[in-house]
Amino acid sequence: MKRSFRFMKNVLWAAPVTVLALAISAEADARPLVWGGKLPLTRGVTSIEGGTGAGLATWAFIAGNETEDGVGASAFYTGIPLSDYDFTAYGAAIGLYDRIELSYAHQEFDTGSTGGLLGIGNGFTFEQNIFGAKLRVLGDALYGQDSWLPQVAIGVQYKQAEHGALISALGGEDDSGVDVYVSATKILLGQSLVVNVTVRATEANQFGLLGFGGDREGGHTAQVEVSGAYMLTDRLLVGAEYRTRPDNLGFAAEDDGFDVFAGYAVTDNLTLVAGYVDLGSIATFDDQNGAYLSVQIGF
Amino acid sequence: MRKTLLLCAFVLAGMSASAWAQEEEPVAPYEQSDANAGAQPITDPDVLAAFHGREGIVRITNRTIDLALADPQLGPIFQPFDMVRLRRTLNEHFCYLLGGGCTYTGRDMRAAHAGMGAQTRDFNLLVRHLRTAMEEEGVPFRMQNRFLAVLAPMRSDVVPR
Ligand code: HEM
Repeated sequence: MKRSFRFMKNVLWAAPVTVLALAISAEADARPLVWGGKLPLTRGVTSIEGGTGAGLATWAFIAGNETEDGVGASAFYTGIPLSDYDFTAYGAAIGLYDRIELSYAHQEFDTGSTGGLLGIGNGFTFEQNIFGAKLRVLGDALYGQDSWLPQVAIGVQYKQAEHGALISALGGEDDSGVDVYVSATKILLGQSLVVNVTVRATEANQFGLLGFGGDREGGHTAQVEVSGAYMLTDRLLVGAEYRTRPDNLGFAAEDDGFDVFAGYAVTDNLTLVAGYVDLGSIATFDDQNGAYLSVQIGF
Repeated sequence: MRKTLLLCAFVLAGMSASAWAQEEEPVAPYEQSDANAGAQPITDPDVLAAFHGREGIVRITNRTIDLALADPQLGPIFQPFDMVRLRRTLNEHFCYLLGGGCTYTGRDMRAAHAGMGAQTRDFNLLVRHLRTAMEEEGVPFRMQNRFLAVLAPMRSDVVPR
């Protein structure tokens, strides 16, 4: 807990310093700062954890419509009515010079009448806040079509869950935690495909809503997020994702998640996503799946 | 006096004739080579067919240039330059890269765009206009992408870093 805090503090320090350094170097290049400029869909949509991605997976794209000559931002709302719960996430992100992304997301997991059956009360809602920072380190997903090198980004997400007492009663070790990940995203333009692989070190239970680490297993483990999407037009793509997850808690098994989705850039500033997601068993209730909708604005 | 008038008439006739034929302005000498196109041509005949051959490519390049000239952001960048030449060389460029069997006689991408101050936003705007032109020509989306995949890496030469 202490260690992760110190780590987070370092990251929070490093981000503005890097931004300043980049701003100064942009000044030195004397290229005018401009608004917007990205091609449709190339700012991605927003994952449930607040960073650019698709649905469940985080991608190496940077939030906002800006190019390397500007700054941009996005905001999102995602609603996932599952079989026995209601999952919502919303938040915002800023993108700096198509290089750095800072994001915030709030997640709510409403147990509805299932809460009564679990003995925590009808409508009991698990919640958490997620602060993310992402840095593009290598490659270019779109312009690097003459190379196999994907666009690579590294990132960190600091997650703070509410209801710490209940989380420890359920066997969770901590109510806050840090995920660290590496994402590689490539647009295979000649094939009209987008592919992504993310490796994440995490100890989060149900993304962190049920705390971090547990009585069955603790500590960070490597988990994988894989996405593939096919572009039907420059504004419409369909895809699928798979995400492995830890299984730390003794009282309830946690499964891998998958989703299928269609994303449509209605305008350069508005993207809608409709999909179907399956998160497996959550807190002893099996087969948690459902259709979902996500709205993202960006400029 | 008669001689002078005659000379004037000849000069005027010559000027209007050159304006009629849309002559190109001279450019500083450079070495001509297909390598100046900056990429290897696509050899798949299906792609050329999707662009409706050389005639389709002429329509697409002219339309792309028209759209760029009419664009409030790109127009002022293009207008000062020789559009007669650009219509010819850009058409050769696209025709060569799409496997249309043309020879590219223009400059390389870095030299052609030097000092223009084009930014990634401008590059993307031009891609949008090219998409529109290809769409109007009825080029299927997947085939558009085959071509754009060849052009995309040219950003590093068109946009100075
Ligand atoms: C995929 C992107 C691009 C391609 C394939 C491309 C291709 C070409 C070609 C083949 C020429 C002719 C060179 C010659 O005649 O020697 C040219 C010239 C030119 N391009 Fe581009 N170009 C691209 C992007 C841009 C962008 C983004 C701009 C402006 C914002 C731009 C502005 C111009 C202008 C103004 C000329 C005329 C230069 C002169 O005559 O000196 N181009 N381009």
